[in-house]
Amino acid sequence: MISFDLTENDKKVLDAIREESLIARKYARHFDENEEEFPPDQLPEAKDRPGFYSLLGGRDVDDTGMNVLGMLITAAQTWGDYSVRLRRNSGGLGNSALRAAGSPEQQQKWGHLTLAMAITEPGCGSDPSRVKTTATKDGDHYVLNGEKIFVTTGCRADGVVAWATVDANAGRAGIKSFLVEKGTPGFTVVRKEKKLGIRADDTAAYLFENCRVPRANLLGGDETVAKEGSGGFRGVMKTFNMTRPAVAAIGLGISQAALDFTREQLELAGIDVKYGASSASQSALAQKFLELEAMQEAAMLTVMRAAWLADRQESNNLESSIAKAKGGQAVRLVTQGCIEILGPLGVSREHLLEKWFRDVRITDIYEGTGQIQNLIIARTILGYSRNELR
Amino acid sequence: MISFEPTEEQELVRSTARDLAAESLRPLARDADEESAIPADFLRSTWQLGFVSNQIPEAFGGGGAPRSPMTGALLLEELAAGDAALALAALSPALFATTLVDHGTAKQQERYLPQLCGADFQAASVAIVEPRPAFDAHVLRTTAESRGSAWVLNGVKSFVAYGGEASHFIVVATDPDGKPAAFVVPREAHGVSVAGPEPTLGLRALPFARLELKNVEVPQDDRVGGPAGFDYARLLNCARVGIAAALVGLSRAVMEYTIPYAKERVAFGEAIAQKQAIAFMLSDMAIETDAMRWLVWKAAAELEAGRDATRATHLMRSYVSAQAMKIADNGIQVLGGHGFIREHPVELWYRHARTLGVLEGTAAV
Repeated sequence: MISFDLTENDKKVLDAIREESLIARKYARHFDENEEEFPPDQLPEAKDRPGFYSLLGGRDVDDTGMNVLGMLITAAQTWGDYSVRLRRNSGGLGNSALRAAGSPEQQQKWGHLTLAMAITEPGCGSDPSRVKTTATKDGDHYVLNGEKIFVTTGCRADGVVAWATVDANAGRAGIKSFLVEKGTPGFTVVRKEKKLGIRADDTAAYLFENCRVPRANLLGGDETVAKEGSGGFRGVMKTFNMTRPAVAAIGLGISQAALDFTREQLELAGIDVKYGASSASQSALAQKFLELEAMQEAAMLTVMRAAWLADRQESNNLESSIAKAKGGQAVRLVTQGCIEILGPLGVSREHLLEKWFRDVRITDIYEGTGQIQNLIIARTILGYSRNELR
Repeated sequence: MISFEPTEEQELVRSTARDLAAESLRPLARDADEESAIPADFLRSTWQLGFVSNQIPEAFGGGGAPRSPMTGALLLEELAAGDAALALAALSPALFATTLVDHGTAKQQERYLPQLCGADFQAASVAIVEPRPAFDAHVLRTTAESRGSAWVLNGVKSFVAYGGEASHFIVVATDPDGKPAAFVVPREAHGVSVAGPEPTLGLRALPFARLELKNVEVPQDDRVGGPAGFDYARLLNCARVGIAAALVGLSRAVMEYTIPYAKERVAFGEAIAQKQAIAFMLSDMAIETDAMRWLVWKAAAELEAGRDATRATHLMRSYVSAQAMKIADNGIQVLGGHGFIREHPVELWYRHARTLGVLEGTAAV
C-alpha cells in the first residue's frame, strides 16, 4: 500500500536524532567561525546519550525500510547541523567503496578505519577518467605519484581510497583504486581547504610522491586492464548509487532547517502561511514560502523513492540521479528564497540561515554536479551510451 | 511505513487504464478536440469498465470497492496520459458520486447513487466555479437562503463539466452563516437554466456548461450531509488531487512523445537528442514528472487515511500546475515548428496543461 506514514518505531528513532541534532546546532556557529578546530567526536551534552545504532533495535517488518529511514535520519542529522554527521562517524566515502568493491580480506583488514576517497585532481573533477595520478607496478608494490584535492574528511581519516591509472593509454579501463594508510612514506596531507560552507567538515589536498603500497592494496584485487569498455571503472562508479540520494538528503536536512526558521520568523512578524487559501488572500511572502516548501517536499520525495527502490533491491540508478539533481537544485533555491523572504535578517550572522545558505551550496556539486546527473538521466531515458550523448 | 507500492488491485486498475489510454483515448483525442465532441461509443464502453461505479456501495448497485482516493489518482494519471479531455469526460460523474459517497446522507445516497450504476454513461456534475476573474473556490457568490422547509439558491456557475447532459448537479453555495453548503439540484427544477457549451482553450472535447440558478427551491433533505453540512475542504482536495494526477499523466505523455522524436530528428549531423540543450529538457521532464507524481501520491495518501489533506494538496497543486506547464511548453520547443502544427499532439497538451492548471471541480479522486 502506498503510504508516507512513519510507524511509532520510525518516529522514536527520528525524534531522538532530532533532539540530538539540536545539541549539535548549539555548536554550529562556533565551528563555522573557527574552522581550524575540528568538532569533537562527542559533544559534552551528547556524551551519555545512547548511540545511534542502539536506537535501531527492535524494528518490525511494518517499519520503514532501512534505506528510506536512513535518508530521513541523514536529513534529521543535518537539520541540526552539518557537522553533527561527523560525530560517531561510521566512515567516509572510502568505506562505501571498500564495502562495494573490496575483497573479504580487504574489508576485514581496513573496515574498522575511517577511509576518505580521493578522486578529484587539480585537472579533473566531473570526468574521473582523466585521472593523472599514476600507479606503476614495481615488483610486489605499486608506486603512486600525483596530486589529489577536495578529499572529504581527508585530514581526519585514517586512510584513503585513491584513484590512479595503471595504464595512461587505457583511458577509463586503466583506472584502479588503492588503499593507502596515513603514515605511508610518500603520502602527505598538503593542506586543509578553506571553503564557502560546511567549514566544520574537513576537506584536504593530498600529494603522492613515490608512495609505495603493496599490490594487495589494490581495491578488489583485479589487476587486469580491459581492452574494451570501461572495465573495473564501472564497479567503482557503483559506489555512488546510494550516496547520490544520501547527499541530496544531507542538503535537504539543512534546507528544512532554513524553512522551519523562516516560518517561525514569519509567524513572529504576524505573517500567516495559509494552506488551502487562494493566491488572492495570501501575502506575497507567504506565497513565496509555500513555493519553497513544495519544492522541498518534492525533492525529499524523490530521495525517498530512490532509497525505497534500494530497500527492494531494485535498480535505482536513474532515480538516484533524479534525487541528486532535484535535491541539489531545491536546496539552493530554498535557502536563497528564505533569505529573500526574511530580508536583512536573513544575512545576519546572528542567525544560522546565512550559514545554511552557504552550507547547502556544495550539494549540487559534489558526488556529481547537477549537470552530470542530468547527463546520466538523459542517457538513461534516451537509451544512449556515453559516446552518443557527451 | 513509507512505501511507494500500489496494492495488487491498484496495479490492475493501472494496467487496465494504461491499455485503454493507448488503444482508445490517444487515437480518439485529435478528432474529439477538433470536433469538440466525445464519441458516445467511447463513453459507453469506458463506463462499462466501472471506473465510476466501482467505489459506490453494492447496496446501491455499485462495485462495493472501498473508497480509495489513491486508486483514483493512479487511474487519472493513466487515462490522462492518453488524453486529458477524454479522461475527465469519462470520469466526470465520479466527482458527483464520490461527493455523495463521502458526504451524503443515507437518504441522498439511496436516492442518487443507483442512477450512476446503470449500463450507460450518466452525466452528473458538481458546480463550483463562478464566472469572474481570479475565481477563488473559498469565496462563492452563489447563495443559499433558508425559507421554511426549503433552501433557495441564487447565482451563476460556470465550467460545469457535462452540465449540458447532467440530470443532477451538486451546487456549492454560501449559506446564511457564510459557510459553504452543497445541494443536489435536479436539472428540471424550476429556475434552473443551463447554457453552453462554454468554449475553452484546452479540453475542447469536454463540454462545459453554464448554470444559472434563479430562486431555485431545494428541499431540506437535499442539502448534502444534512443540516450539519459537509466537508467542503475534502471535496476541493479530492478534486484538486484529481486534476493534478491528470497533469502528471499529461506530462508523462509529453515526455514519452518527445523522446523518440528527438532521437529521430537530425540537425547538424546528429540527432537533436544528442545535444545537451535538448537532452537536458528531456531529463528535466523525467525529474519533474517523478517529483509531481510523488506529491500527488502524498496528498492522495492523506485523503486515503481520512485526514485533512489541505497542506499536502496546497503544496502539490501549485507545484504540479507550474511544472506541467513547463513540460508542455518544452514539449513544443523540442519539436520546434512541428510542435506548432496540429498534426502532432504537443500543441494539444500545451492547451490542456494551461486549462487543467486553473480548473476546479471537474474530476476527483
